Amino acid sequence: MKILPPVSIEARRLLPSRWDLLAAVLVLGFIIAFADASRFLVRPLSSITGHALFLNVWDLPGYALRTGLRMLIAMGVSLAFTFSYATWAAKNPRAGSLLVPLLDILQSVPILGFLSVTVVWFLSLSPGRVLGAELACVFTIFTGQAWNMAFSFYQSLRTVPPELEEAGRMFGLSAWARFWRIEAPFATPPLIWNMMMSMSGGWFFVTVSEAISVGNTDIALPGIGSWIAVAIAQKNLPAIFEAILAMLVVILIYDQLLFRPLVAWADRFRIDNEQSEDQPESWALNVYRRSRLLDLMTKPFEQMMRWSYHWQPPSFGLRAATREVDSRVADILWYVLLGLLSLYAAFRIYGFAHDNLAWSDLGTAVGLGFLTLLRVMVLIAIASLIWTPVGVYVGLRPRLTQIVQPVAQFLAAFPNNLLFPLVVSLIVLWDLNPDIWLSPLIVLGTQWYILFNVIAGASTMPKELRDAAENFGVHGWLWWRKVALPAVFPYYVTGAITASGGAWNASVLAEVASWGKTTLHAHGLGAYISDATATGDFRRVVLGIAVMSFFVVVVNRILWRPLYWYAERKYRLT
Amino acid sequence: MAELLNVEHVRRTFPRGGGEELLVLDDVNLTLREGEVVGLLGRSGSGKSTLLRLIAGLSQPQGGNLSYMGTPIQGPVQGVAMVFQSFALFPWLTVLENVQLGLEALNLPPREMRERALAAIDLIGLDGYESAYPRELSGGMRQRVGFARAVVVHPNILLMDEPFSALDVLTAENLRTDLVELWGNGKLPIKGIILVTHNIEEAVLMCDRVLLFSSNPGRVASEIRIDLPQPRDRTSPAFEDYVDRIYVEMTARRVERMRQIQTQGTTSIAMPLVHVSPNQISGLVEALAAPPYNGKADLPDIAYEQELEVDELFPVAEAMQLLRLADVEGGDIKLTHMGKRFADGELNERKEIFSRSLMSNVPLAAHIRKVLDERASHNAPKTRFLDELEDHMAEDAAEEALKTVVSWARFAELFSYDDDAALFSLENPT
Repeated sequence: MKILPPVSIEARRLLPSRWDLLAAVLVLGFIIAFADASRFLVRPLSSITGHALFLNVWDLPGYALRTGLRMLIAMGVSLAFTFSYATWAAKNPRAGSLLVPLLDILQSVPILGFLSVTVVWFLSLSPGRVLGAELACVFTIFTGQAWNMAFSFYQSLRTVPPELEEAGRMFGLSAWARFWRIEAPFATPPLIWNMMMSMSGGWFFVTVSEAISVGNTDIALPGIGSWIAVAIAQKNLPAIFEAILAMLVVILIYDQLLFRPLVAWADRFRIDNEQSEDQPESWALNVYRRSRLLDLMTKPFEQMMRWSYHWQPPSFGLRAATREVDSRVADILWYVLLGLLSLYAAFRIYGFAHDNLAWSDLGTAVGLGFLTLLRVMVLIAIASLIWTPVGVYVGLRPRLTQIVQPVAQFLAAFPNNLLFPLVVSLIVLWDLNPDIWLSPLIVLGTQWYILFNVIAGASTMPKELRDAAENFGVHGWLWWRKVALPAVFPYYVTGAITASGGAWNASVLAEVASWGKTTLHAHGLGAYISDATATGDFRRVVLGIAVMSFFVVVVNRILWRPLYWYAERKYRLT
Repeated sequence: MAELLNVEHVRRTFPRGGGEELLVLDDVNLTLREGEVVGLLGRSGSGKSTLLRLIAGLSQPQGGNLSYMGTPIQGPVQGVAMVFQSFALFPWLTVLENVQLGLEALNLPPREMRERALAAIDLIGLDGYESAYPRELSGGMRQRVGFARAVVVHPNILLMDEPFSALDVLTAENLRTDLVELWGNGKLPIKGIILVTHNIEEAVLMCDRVLLFSSNPGRVASEIRIDLPQPRDRTSPAFEDYVDRIYVEMTARRVERMRQIQTQGTTSIAMPLVHVSPNQISGLVEALAAPPYNGKADLPDIAYEQELEVDELFPVAEAMQLLRLADVEGGDIKLTHMGKRFADGELNERKEIFSRSLMSNVPLAAHIRKVLDERASHNAPKTRFLDELEDHMAEDAAEEALKTVVSWARFAELFSYDDDAALFSLENPT
């Protein structure tokens, strides 16, 4: 299966289109409107905080359960978002031209930095305060999970084989039936792969979003994330290990009960008719299949779906005639609406910048952005140097692959604050420079994407190619240069894109690290946002987020996207 | 003549789950002398390609010796170059770079490398394509790159692993004759060739000697020397005689074995079954019944008419023999009485005949039906039969036998099988 990076790589062009700019303006305007609305809501918050969390081991399973549930709910919301947003973008060219760039900008927004704003906003929404905090937490996880799922689904919908689509039309299936019987099944295998990635990424977000302080307000939802936060504050090393253990258990449960069955089940939707070499298996799926209770429970739902396929929209047969006129009017309405929206957004942005920011603020943020950029690039480069050879070595050995692949996936789920104790202690002990030695935290979680993409690439290398290289005595550096590295290059690029995107997000959490009373700062945009959050300075939070999003988008455009297309064109094995 | 290669008593097994071993090559002997083209002919699964990989030093045997010009083969050998079935070109290298790859490994000076590569490209007829990428070439041109890449290192032995089987008929013939011509003119910097193939005519066309392989485990069953001058004419009677002779040799052994199994009146369910679809069987029965054959045909003729390779024809013929729809004798295949009725019948009658034949000739099918009849629920899990089979045969053979029986029984409506639940049953799905 081809793995696509979680950013828009559809167009090969470098320069932003009008739609990109429009999307950027809309997102920025939205963020500002959001922040403005939340600014005045901070004060009443102080009354609901201060739930002390005690590190009692017997509470841990309960916490793990709550954290796991939050992830599951967020996954459900992400799925709903994927099915609606991506479908809309793929089916309606008019909407798609805006929705895709919008998604691209959205996935570049370092949502961890925006946490304070969302928390405050959601708290103000709900009269029961805990519910508000829960919503904010789920929302944060959702923003960590949804984008790449939507991208994957959108890309699949755009590549449904035309003959399948035509067959559906010939049999008179309605658009609704076609979606569920043809398009959704076709898009399922890559979607599930992306769900698994999202779930790994979600851990990072859940641990951060459960325990958050805005200004001098602390909120701690019962869960593994809060547990870790408290353990860090109290310098409680055993508690950190207990948290790691709890996470491991939850990840294992999800893997065995949810993802493995899904992967095994989705194997039937692969479009290539050849039997896969080793069919994925899952004991849980076998249990589900044989269970009568489950059968009984799903039957009404299945029945309902079946009936729904027979509905024909009332306009069936008439639509083709009216479409022509319809679309012209709709076009005008649509553009007018967009124009107004963007005008309003631009107005808000201008107002916000004019009232709150000086040019020097922007200068500071951009300067710090370059520092973080340097950090991200250097560390991605180092991680690539280490993990590419390791990935090739592992990928060429099927047995080793089976062991390493799940371990890497598990490590990718690890939020970097779990390493704070180690890193902070070492830096303090040896009196190191935090600007340099906090940096590794940036790629701690995301470097694994490079590893497992390279493994995937190496393991799909045809045996005959390897034989040919060996037969012609190609060894050593020549082998790496002409055989191994080119073969994994497209996979590496996909991994590096994912890793780099994640690294930016992680910088918010990596450039400021604390252990007990010790807090270390590195200079960078991540620390800038993090500090602004801690002091409740929304103006700098918004500025920092805007600048970081800008950096991410630009790096994607001028580095990763061209590299991706170069790799696709030249190195893809067909 | 000098011996280029000597293979003695070679044995190769592959590990399989549960500490078992699959014997792929057993006691294989082979010599290649200077100026010879030797063909290895056999069905898939007879270990020909495995032998080729052993000769190239890409894997090691469990027993026996291989030596190249007197020295034992312990790893990739410099004087042995290989041409692959799927071309195995590196998609990110141009034609020139692909051809040069083997020379770079030899650490030659860049100028000599370039000259030699260009000479090889010229020789193989790739002039003008030097800077093209493999994806821009047709299949035939790609395989020419494969040849050029092998020839450029001036190997003593050229190994070819079904080099024409991924090409269409015309392109393959074109490439074959070019190669035979180059070889005949002495223009190739090569001393001997080993060609793996499952195409009988190809072997007769190109080789000086043909070794026939039997399968499971792979052994050299016999050797046939082709004493015809090059270039050979496919339509000459002498050529056709050789083709016929090889067909007879290859069928005789298999059919003899099957007849043994049948006449022993064995009731063992553990009879190895090769997967052949009922459609293929029906197709061949119909072709046989129709003119010009009218119920009896020469195997090479019908293979040619039906555009079937040996690999495809033999399993179908064997299945027909097993189901007593046809008799295979020498190089001929003849419809039985039942086979004729099958050919004349409507679909329902065919199913009826097939069903009865399964019950009386395929013990595994009869066994499954009996178990299903006896059980109150009329169903049974796949593992029930798989475990039983694995007591007598290897795991993958058991899987294949079950798969075959399922496909036959579905056609005959003898019983049904639900793959999701891995369950056999008597019910037809509603």
